Amino acid sequence: MLEFTDVHVRYGHVEALRGVSLRVERGEIVALLGNNGAGKSTTLCAASALVPLSKGTISFDGEPLPDKPWDVVRGGLVHVPEGRRVFSTLTVLENLQLGGFACQDKASVSRRIDGVFDLLPLLAKRRGQQGGTLSGGEQQLVAIGRALVAGPRVLMLDEPSMGLAPLMVAAVMDVVRRINAEGTTVLLVEQNARAALGITHRGYVLENGVVTLSGPASVLAEDPRVVEAYLGS
Amino acid sequence: MIQLVWDGLFVGSFYALVALGYSMVYGIIKLLNFAHGDIYMLGAFAGFVVLSGVGGVTAAFSVVALVGALVAAMAVTGGLGVLVERVAYRPLRGSPRLAVLITAVGVSFTLEYGVAAAGANPRVFPVRVESQAWQVLGVRITLAQLALMAIAVGLMIALDRYVNRTSTGRAMRAIALDPKGALLMGVNVNAVISRTFFIGSALAGAAGVMAGAYYGKIEFLMGFLIGLKAFTAAVMGGIGNIRGAMLGGLLLGLLEAFGAHFLGGEWRDVFTFAVLIVFLSVKPTGLLGERVSERV
Ligand SMILES: Nc1ncnc2c1ncn2[C@@H]1O[C@H](COP(=O)(O)OP(=O)(O)OP(=O)(O)O)[C@@H](O)[C@H]1O
Ligand SMILES: [Mg+2]
Repeated sequence: MLEFTDVHVRYGHVEALRGVSLRVERGEIVALLGNNGAGKSTTLCAASALVPLSKGTISFDGEPLPDKPWDVVRGGLVHVPEGRRVFSTLTVLENLQLGGFACQDKASVSRRIDGVFDLLPLLAKRRGQQGGTLSGGEQQLVAIGRALVAGPRVLMLDEPSMGLAPLMVAAVMDVVRRINAEGTTVLLVEQNARAALGITHRGYVLENGVVTLSGPASVLAEDPRVVEAYLGS
Repeated sequence: MIQLVWDGLFVGSFYALVALGYSMVYGIIKLLNFAHGDIYMLGAFAGFVVLSGVGGVTAAFSVVALVGALVAAMAVTGGLGVLVERVAYRPLRGSPRLAVLITAVGVSFTLEYGVAAAGANPRVFPVRVESQAWQVLGVRITLAQLALMAIAVGLMIALDRYVNRTSTGRAMRAIALDPKGALLMGVNVNAVISRTFFIGSALAGAAGVMAGAYYGKIEFLMGFLIGLKAFTAAVMGGIGNIRGAMLGGLLLGLLEAFGAHFLGGEWRDVFTFAVLIVFLSVKPTGLLGERVSERV
């Protein structure tokens, strides 16, 4: 459904992606693991048209992706960015409403917002509170909820567990699993390999801008190289 | 005394209208649009052209004609603001701020001397607001003054609702906070920025027509001073903050009215810039601004 073929991205002289190829099939949750600076965020930004490709292609449903970020969102590929980027002086409800910006049908936007409140009852309680006053975990839920309001067919999440306490990490992973169970395809970028591999079907490991390992999550979780680098003993 | 308050609020409402555009544009793309005052000047000239085209304007008809000219001028200046953004500022988005700032100064000169070269300068505005006057509590209020004031307040209320209650207004606030985040929400940032320029410029154009009718004379450099005053008003209220710009404009109008009365008219502008300097050094975030965000 989402396929990267030999994708190269460069920032000036730095080549952040050096030929990334990976695919996400309909209905899957796929993990993309890697250390700091491996190019995980860049991979997602390339799909969102935030950075241009210097070589290679990314296709979505067999079509090349549009080159404007808003057209990518409208097409159903939605990116929850690293660091959440919740709009700090907008309320939780306004943040969610913004997720529906590109959707013309306002009735379905408010239906989706109700759906998000059902999935994440915590947000319903905080709907009138400013985004910037929420805890990190709550902000992550806002970021995910907001992306759901956009009506994604494929959801890309960039390190949703970053900076969260273990209990909250588990809660966020559970939310991601439920979103997937309801039919949304997910590409999950994580450094927390243990949490990610617990809910994903397959995974890729990215190092220095290239995919060095890939396979079913259960196999990756046993792979000595993954265990050594990401899981510890 | 009450006369001073009324006059101050009246002039302050022009300042507020111009300051709004300044502040909105700064809020959304962090650009000090030095050409904004010239959009106001062009609004005055657009209003002049429309009113002259209508021909002999009778006193009874003047308010209606003025409103018509106002709407036409708003459409013209709004469109022009969009054009300026598209041609001069958008290609430089992401460039160093100084480059954009210098471009804004260039745009300002282009508009000023473009109008001067077109030979339409200076002109006597064909409609004056000194029509019928009433005495209310010892204050002299004219019908046209009242009408213009009502329009200004109406525009400000409409803008406030637009920014706070509509989907596009929400997107404007989101872009001001985090343009990249807004892109990921599917916001067509270019379209929203264009709309911001349209609205800000249309408000300045409206103020230009109002000022033309109030002062009676228009000329191609008239936007320079008001641009600086609007900037002062925007800084007073907290640049980037919509309600702050309104408050700053009205406050500046009042300060000027009182300053000119007690210190003498020749001190009016000195007074304004003293206020600007005080605010920039003592409270750069202004009265209503919480933060000076220098997000990149
Ligand atoms: N805007 C930029 N300009 C220049 N270099 C950049 C930029 N963004 C990323 N890079 C470089 O590209 C490489 C990949 O960065 P990227 O953010 O994709 O890594 P990541 O895998 O997401 O890391 P992390 O786990 O720390 O988020 C890094 O070497 C980084 O320094
Ligand atoms: Mg990253």
